[in-house]
Amino acid sequence: MRITCTVNGRPQVADSVWAGESLLYVLRERLGLPGSKNACEQGECGSCSVYLDGTLVCACLVLGGQADGREIVTVEGLSNGDSLHPVQQAFVEAGAVQCGFCTPGLVVATHDLLRRVPRPSDAQIREALAGNICRCTGYAKIIDAVHLAAGRMGAA
Amino acid sequence: MTAGAVLPTRQPQAAAASVTGRVGESVRRPDGVLKVRGDFPYSSDLWVEGMLWGATSRSPHPYARIVSIDTSEALASPGVRAVLTHEDVPGRKLYGLEIPDQPVLAFDVVRYWGEAVALVAADHPEQARRAARKVRVEYEVRKPLTDPEEALTPEATRLHPGGNVTRHVTIRHGDQDARADVVVRGEYEIGMQDQAPLGPESGLAIPDGEGGVDLYVATQWLHVDQDQLAGCLGLAPDQVRLTLAGVGGAFGSREDLSMQAHACMLALRTGRPVKIVYSRPESFVGHVHRHPGRLRYEHGATRDGKLVYVKARILLDGGAYASSSTAVIANASCFAVGPYQCPNATIDGWVVYTNNPPCGAMRGFGSVQNCYAHEAQMDKLAAALGMDPVAIRMRNAMDGSSRLITGQAMEGPIPVAELLRRVQEMPLPPVAGADHLDLTALPGGVSNTTHGESVRRGVGYAVGFKNVGYSEGFDDYSTARVTLAAAGGRPRAEVHTAGAEVGQGLVTVQAQIAGTELGVRDVTVLNADTRVGSAGSSSASRQTYITGGAVKAACEAVRERIFALAQSELGSRSGAGWRLEREAIVSADGEVIVTLATLLGEEVIEETREFRPRRTNRLDPKTGQADAHMQYAFAAHRAVVDVDTELGLVKVVELATAQDVGKAINPLAVEGQLEGGAAQGLGLAVMEEVQVKDGVIRNPSFTDYLLPTILDMPPVRMDVLELGDPRSPYGVKGVGEPPTISSGPAIVAAIRAATGRPLARVPVRPHDIVT
Repeated sequence: MRITCTVNGRPQVADSVWAGESLLYVLRERLGLPGSKNACEQGECGSCSVYLDGTLVCACLVLGGQADGREIVTVEGLSNGDSLHPVQQAFVEAGAVQCGFCTPGLVVATHDLLRRVPRPSDAQIREALAGNICRCTGYAKIIDAVHLAAGRMGAA
Repeated sequence: MTAGAVLPTRQPQAAAASVTGRVGESVRRPDGVLKVRGDFPYSSDLWVEGMLWGATSRSPHPYARIVSIDTSEALASPGVRAVLTHEDVPGRKLYGLEIPDQPVLAFDVVRYWGEAVALVAADHPEQARRAARKVRVEYEVRKPLTDPEEALTPEATRLHPGGNVTRHVTIRHGDQDARADVVVRGEYEIGMQDQAPLGPESGLAIPDGEGGVDLYVATQWLHVDQDQLAGCLGLAPDQVRLTLAGVGGAFGSREDLSMQAHACMLALRTGRPVKIVYSRPESFVGHVHRHPGRLRYEHGATRDGKLVYVKARILLDGGAYASSSTAVIANASCFAVGPYQCPNATIDGWVVYTNNPPCGAMRGFGSVQNCYAHEAQMDKLAAALGMDPVAIRMRNAMDGSSRLITGQAMEGPIPVAELLRRVQEMPLPPVAGADHLDLTALPGGVSNTTHGESVRRGVGYAVGFKNVGYSEGFDDYSTARVTLAAAGGRPRAEVHTAGAEVGQGLVTVQAQIAGTELGVRDVTVLNADTRVGSAGSSSASRQTYITGGAVKAACEAVRERIFALAQSELGSRSGAGWRLEREAIVSADGEVIVTLATLLGEEVIEETREFRPRRTNRLDPKTGQADAHMQYAFAAHRAVVDVDTELGLVKVVELATAQDVGKAINPLAVEGQLEGGAAQGLGLAVMEEVQVKDGVIRNPSFTDYLLPTILDMPPVRMDVLELGDPRSPYGVKGVGEPPTISSGPAIVAAIRAATGRPLARVPVRPHDIVT
């Protein structure tokens, strides 16, 4: 099948997509956007979190065909040219990135949280990011990063 | 199904990274920006024109004889380019880190559920997976041997030619007939934990057109992969070139080969690049796990709480193949008593073959299993003597005058009592009043299972230690090549090692060392590959010490050449007191003698050095006595838990830890290791277990294998000591593993304190608490 969608503000067409392919596969292997990660492909780890028409989803749980005519934003779409989004900058500075495989998903999920709750409490951060598994950091630096980003975005 | 033309995603490439910062500073990761943008090329992201996808056909039986393999149906499937079996292995059919006992592809028999039997390369990954399911294997199913106790009996099926005992370690220290006033006994069982790195096993093999192959892969040790691959592929080592592709965590799971040989075989057969990416369920059978253990202990002590003797029988289930089992059981045995002075010890450590999933390296490497047992025993002893659990530990704590039960003198700062004192003195978290109940902070969380009625709080302590680096005479070394040149009026250093950056921060450490030693701001760390000598594995908490030491040594050699160059250029006879600072040679009183840019001009200075720590020796086979280890790392933990005693639910409220890291090269990264390591310890204590029944893994997914989330992991209070090891570069000690050793036992001790239940098995399950 042919899928026509908008990804990170750009119209995209993917041809010959097999009906069983996930949006994650289409993004990574057909559209050249491997930022969304393939850790569990079962909706448990959040590594492939993207926006689908503005709603945070696991790209592995969405069929490629379901993305037809929709608008998708991936981690690659959050930075503005060379300048990082404050959430991305905060993750780098706070030491919230180690192996980094969970990072793209956490960055998108944090972006979504701060859109809804500009100054979240620790409890709100924990609840919002409970669907994103990180195996390296123990999460403390991730919480630091969310607060750092919230502070900067609030000040801006 | 059609597999249309795909657009390119990533080309395999060296991801050189530039970084500025000195030893002791919290330096940001140079790869961090790429990672937060989604631009960092992990091994599963690689793509090249004309690439095929590989898939693996695996055994549905834990133990069976292979009668026949028919690949014709798979080969005739859409998009399939090759189907290979053991008959297609070009070289040695067996590989292994310590004992070459594991088939590249099974022949004659399969010994575990999910063992690789055949390979497929196809245009689309789904085509490859479907064809892999069409490889027809006729099996004669045998009864699997899944009980490690049974494996030890003479009548058990012999799974390997040498029998079922992979290694038996005997330690006989002091008086074997020692008697004590007070004796406590216990039996403990540790479940099988998975490393569960988020990045799946993956890589891309590209044939070079001349019979050789280039492999881009996520691994922990490029050169040991290269050696094993060359043998299996029947090639010379220089025909199998490896480049580290982005690694999504490792924790021991990438020490053994997984898809490396398979991708190379398919690439060499098809003449096309082949990528293999494991799914998560496949990852659970495609790498080794932490050894499950059964440990039987007897502790004898005087009435005032001094250990008189410890007797222990440690049985680890190594599963179907040896992997690093022989080293794991040595660790489990050497550190069986914990970081305590004990004049007499009788330890028997066994690791056996079974038809369970193969077990090998995981963070903590043998010390995790025994820490659960020796710490539970110390608490039992404290209870029997009416002593405080921390006081009894302090009374027996090793110090610089102690000997390990292997007879080896414990040298340098051995701050066991100090670490315990520090965690004990940290303030305890407050107990929430009934009017401030935050449901997310209670056991059961937002499930709203309790409002605190039957919640009890417990506090528990544990301390643990392990060796740093390789032990028992292994030739432990690393190689570094350092280049210094001037470009655009600025000196630039380049560091090249084969040390695997797996997320722990080695890339930053190498740059910090070069920047410090050479006095330059701009250091580029080249991506790791096999064009430079071996760095050894990113394991055993050794890379900062050993590869860091190699970088330091190479920088010192570069510095000597710079000074020599300056002396000849400037006609200066004496270089006494010269230093490299601020991109210049400065005199003893800080005056700039010449800038590096001026001195170097067009000149490029390059030096390669190996670094070796002090040698170690094999354990004596009869007594287990030897100077077998070159350094030790210690950590203590205090855990505070709330337990819902009606539902058996546990909420870890806080972890506190103190650890001696010798010298924190990058303090921010050290904190990350302490927090992340503690999370993995928490996982084994209360939720993580690969559930194996009759040799079959019942929960190979992130839905069923539970990992700590951000809701499960509490804040970690930390106290990082930098006592310095006089024998290591900058005084560093290994950092990565101690956080995972004692965090779990502290949590279980806290649950015992809250519930009074014996809890002799981890992970602790709800029914262990309420029944």
